[in-house]
Amino acid sequence: MPAIELSGISNGVLRNVSLSVRDGECLVLAGATGAGKTTLLNVIAGLVAYRGTVCFGDTAVDGLPPAQRKVGYLFQSFALFPHMRVRDNIAFGLQACGAEPARIRQRVDGLLQMLNIRHLETRYPKFLSGGEKQRVALARTLAPCPKILLLDEPFNSLDPRTADCLRLELKNLQRQLGLTAVYVTHDQQEAFEMGACIAVVDHGRIEQVGSPSEILFTPRTKAVSALFGSATLLKCDHIEALNFGLGKAWCGSLSLIVPCEGKPVKKIAVMPSGVQISKYPIETPAPNRFKGIIREIFKKPPVVTVAIQIAETRLTAELPEHIWYETGLGITDSVHVEIPLAGIRILTDVGPE
Amino acid sequence: MNSSARAPLFRGGIPVLLVISAWEMAARFHLIPGGIFFPPFSTVVLELKQMLFSGLLLPNFISSLGRVAAGFAGGSVAGIFVGVCMGWSRRLHRWCHPLVSLLYPIPALGWLPVLMLWIGVNEMLPIAIIFICSFFPILYNTIAGIRQVPSELIDAARMLGASDRTVLRQVVIPLALPNIFTGLKLEAGMAWKVVIAAEMVAIPTGIGALMMQAENLVRVDIILVCLMLLSVMSLLFEKFFCFLEEKTTGGWR
Repeated sequence: MPAIELSGISNGVLRNVSLSVRDGECLVLAGATGAGKTTLLNVIAGLVAYRGTVCFGDTAVDGLPPAQRKVGYLFQSFALFPHMRVRDNIAFGLQACGAEPARIRQRVDGLLQMLNIRHLETRYPKFLSGGEKQRVALARTLAPCPKILLLDEPFNSLDPRTADCLRLELKNLQRQLGLTAVYVTHDQQEAFEMGACIAVVDHGRIEQVGSPSEILFTPRTKAVSALFGSATLLKCDHIEALNFGLGKAWCGSLSLIVPCEGKPVKKIAVMPSGVQISKYPIETPAPNRFKGIIREIFKKPPVVTVAIQIAETRLTAELPEHIWYETGLGITDSVHVEIPLAGIRILTDVGPE
Repeated sequence: MNSSARAPLFRGGIPVLLVISAWEMAARFHLIPGGIFFPPFSTVVLELKQMLFSGLLLPNFISSLGRVAAGFAGGSVAGIFVGVCMGWSRRLHRWCHPLVSLLYPIPALGWLPVLMLWIGVNEMLPIAIIFICSFFPILYNTIAGIRQVPSELIDAARMLGASDRTVLRQVVIPLALPNIFTGLKLEAGMAWKVVIAAEMVAIPTGIGALMMQAENLVRVDIILVCLMLLSVMSLLFEKFFCFLEEKTTGGWR
């Protein structure tokens, strides 16, 4: 039985959305800004009006106000109460539910320990960094032990390194605690990292629901293709297993080191945002370095997309505009390309990666 | 208090000392025509001492202070209560806002003639005027404070299982405090101005009445003592609310 089941959800933004999330699964809602992802999250939380049915397990919760749905919601802006210290922020939900003081103390201590924020307990939110605020917000959300966790672009305002660390922590926590999670993002890389299942939302509709590989390699609609289809797809002719969960894949004229668990690989996707380019050769050792020629440049602020010819293969790289100008590269220039393992996805014969 | 905290206080005191010195010299050396109406600062201070010991100042001061305290406390409590209700309930706001908008522009002293007829000339009259004077601005500031609380914080509290009452008590009202204190600080001084005006026009006791009697006797020194007292009391009231604001919101703002 799914943990969350939405049937025929409509309102000013959403149009007849039906969706189900399995117990303990993390579903990613991906889509462009304004697609209706946050509205869908708010429908599950009961924060906006809607037509249709929302069920948690086998119980319809449409008549229940947000306070009684027992759902944890992690807001994009953290939404920490500025007038409460970290400890009081975390304890708020437990106090609101009428928990006993001893249990509140024990639970808050446990969360402070688990999220490594014990040293922050007496601080007010204005004295916390973005990453610290995010940990506190997560602790506060987890405090009343929700079974369902809703996350609205929770790492959007953090620097990439902090966001990566927290994303990994969150994923581990979600698995450890067996939470059913719905995670909203507009970033395809983040969608692939977080979700075993991705639902692509566009103009208030669900365009496709599937595993990251299905979404990447077999997009069903133009909207999905526009959001996830910019990856370079390579047909894998042959793969040779190496040590450490890696394999060497031959894709036409290109041979790549890819993550591989010994299963036959059908296709390889190179994510444009994962491709690194430079005018000069990079000295440090790393796999997947090639030399190519820039064939096309598309400037679409804030990013620049570059088509690179490597032997007979055409690869797409995407980089922030300011970094592109720093490279000093132009059309027909020779370029050094690196494809890190994190920028590679594989489609195996037997199902999703 | 360390030296860095003392510095602004010292700097702020210099202009006051300069003005007092200029006042003293201008009066002593008859630099201003009509010197009889312009006593030196030292004479005003001596008069203050005289008024204190003769028992002229204290009863009038206590009368005015009691009126300000009663009227301002009543107006503030009512303004905050109605403001919280109107800020929290959209329906109530829609209902009451037109009425409040119509009454707010009427100056507090504009009510004086009609209140004299309704209440009579007694202790309740200045209290009622100060009540009206304090009520509307504090009401407006409270409504603004309540409505400015980010909706995401209210949603977050609700998602954590808080009832409407808990959200209001533990999230919304504490976050509206800075706005409420702005209203209280502004109106604390205004209450003193209004009580003086009311006492000058209609009430036979209090600082305002004392000023009117001094004017009849051409005692500019007494008038200046009263004005200085008014200024100091307005300042003290404002500083009191600054202190309360700092105590309640200083840590997290």
